[in-house]
Amino acid sequence: MNEVSEKSNLDVKNLHVGFQTKKSVIKILNGIDFSVKKGETLCIVGESGCGKSLTSLSIMGLLPKTGNITAGEILFDGKDLAKLNQKQLSSIRGNEISMIFQEPMTSLNPVHRIGKQITESIRLHQKVRKKEAEERAIEMLRLVGIPSPEKRIHQYPHELSGGMRQRVMIAMALSCKPKLLIADEPTTALDVTIQAQILELINKLKQEMEMSIVMITHDLGVVSEIADSVLVMYAGEVVEYSDVKSLFRNPQHPYTKGLIESIPKMDVEMAELPVIKGSVPDPMEMPTGCRFSTRCPYAQAACFYEVPPMEESEDSHQVRCWMYSERWETIEREGILDDCSRETAASRELIGG
Amino acid sequence: MVSFILKRMGLMFIILFLVSVIIFSLVNVLPGDPALLILGQEASPEAVETLRQEMGLNDPLYVQYFRWVTDVLHGDLGNSYVDNTAVTEILMQKIPVTLELTVISFLIAFFISIPAGIISASRKGTLLDYTSTLFALSGVSIPPFFLGILLIFIFAIGLGWFAPSGYVPFAQDPVQSLLLMILPAVTVGIRLSAELTRMLRSSLLEVLQSDYIRTGYAKGLRERGVIFGHALRNALIPVITVSGLQVGTFLGGAVITETIFAVPGLGQLVVNSILTRDFPVVQGAVMFMAFAVVFINFVVDLLYSFLDPRIKLAGGTK
Repeated sequence: MNEVSEKSNLDVKNLHVGFQTKKSVIKILNGIDFSVKKGETLCIVGESGCGKSLTSLSIMGLLPKTGNITAGEILFDGKDLAKLNQKQLSSIRGNEISMIFQEPMTSLNPVHRIGKQITESIRLHQKVRKKEAEERAIEMLRLVGIPSPEKRIHQYPHELSGGMRQRVMIAMALSCKPKLLIADEPTTALDVTIQAQILELINKLKQEMEMSIVMITHDLGVVSEIADSVLVMYAGEVVEYSDVKSLFRNPQHPYTKGLIESIPKMDVEMAELPVIKGSVPDPMEMPTGCRFSTRCPYAQAACFYEVPPMEESEDSHQVRCWMYSERWETIEREGILDDCSRETAASRELIGG
Repeated sequence: MVSFILKRMGLMFIILFLVSVIIFSLVNVLPGDPALLILGQEASPEAVETLRQEMGLNDPLYVQYFRWVTDVLHGDLGNSYVDNTAVTEILMQKIPVTLELTVISFLIAFFISIPAGIISASRKGTLLDYTSTLFALSGVSIPPFFLGILLIFIFAIGLGWFAPSGYVPFAQDPVQSLLLMILPAVTVGIRLSAELTRMLRSSLLEVLQSDYIRTGYAKGLRERGVIFGHALRNALIPVITVSGLQVGTFLGGAVITETIFAVPGLGQLVVNSILTRDFPVVQGAVMFMAFAVVFINFVVDLLYSFLDPRIKLAGGTK
């Protein structure tokens, strides 16, 4: 493999995002690291409120007004997106990086015809005449599998079904042949049969157009179908990062295990579906140690006050959990790590002191 | 579309019928005998009685009503009691005056409220937003008659920029006509623009939260492109509705404004005719105003379907 194809398309390093409130800054994303190679699909999974969507909006530079990237880099094609202003970002958005959203029913402007909405992005980024842009729009609609596109461009969004609208969104997003497509739960709002069709379409187009994809989902079924690598997020942190095969064969983090166990299986009889008890902690009251400690069945005293490091095991499978650290033996035996933390733990009544 | 228009025309007919009954009854319960008014206080009771007979004033009210309605449907609004000119002729003189005032006032209102609403919504919570809110609140709370007098005081008497009152037909001298119209039009226009600004601000703020606005940014549009290309058209729908309804309020308000600025329009005509018990003129002018309000709101409904393709006028099928 030569160096160029090996080079990653998107490199997110130590990304921190905070929200400004009247009194202070609430930290939401805490040191996110990942990279997407050219032509690769990365899935970001996690339950609602773990920061998946915020990560994608940070890449697009579309954070809400009160949100800010407080630290870290988002390297795309050698440029740090975190340092660009809105004007520079707008020339990249819809052009080199495109995004599709969860709600196809409301993501298209109800008062403009489909054709106008697609040609708008084309004419915004490429100097083509109206006629050419229109031909391009028709070609894109045909590519995403919309029948008789010549007629469809004159229709309004409300005249199309949800699945068709999502196809239009995809056509619009891909009309400038982006290098990176961010898809934020693109199939969640659709029927199961349509979901499969849309995933298949995204996969097909990815190969044809040689682009990378960052797909956000909470559906592990989608992950197994489409992902090359997977980023598992919990409460604004990455807890596990690996390629898809290794993740399903050998899930390591207790949270990932919980997610996989809670998928209903057809071949195993279960009285009750296993669930992860509790809910994501409030960003204002994050646990001082491992953020999953409050819900983790294996948690030891140390887990509550010592932040676990990201450990890399075989085949670059990364996990943020004390259980995979060489110090786990000490933790299991003592419950804690050293004398200093013994005091902290005792004062918080985690162990008998 | 055609069935929608027919339905609305039927509705318009019913509304105008009810309005005509109300106007006719109201005018007839007003104290004062038109026959006496025409002949003067000195006239002998016999002469008054003969004239009443002649004018059909002794017939039962419903007979008088049907006679009037039949004439109206034939395009004859009767003759003025005061100088016997045809009411239609009087209206034809007054309508262009009020029309000019209306058009200029609404233009002023749109010129102020659309930019103010956009700035206010896109710069929510800033000094500009608060300034526009303050302007809107004062615009709504200051009564037009007071604002009118204030404007005359400052700009006509104080600064001497405009004449305090009067009217020149537009066709005769457009510049002079517009100069004379500015103060009365601003008086009504400011109030209108205040309401429309608030309306547009809240409607835009809601639209700017929509998913398709996010899509616009994701396409690479900048704020200006998103607001003008995607948000404004959606946000204008409620503003257009309110503008349509405001025409009614406006015509009512014109009665006061036209009196203050001595603009010889419909409003002034109605006031004067009531004072002289000139019933046919009052009935004719009010009927015309009612027709104008109903007709403009009908046009507003037609406009909806151009602004928002989801609104299908036929009510179901296309």
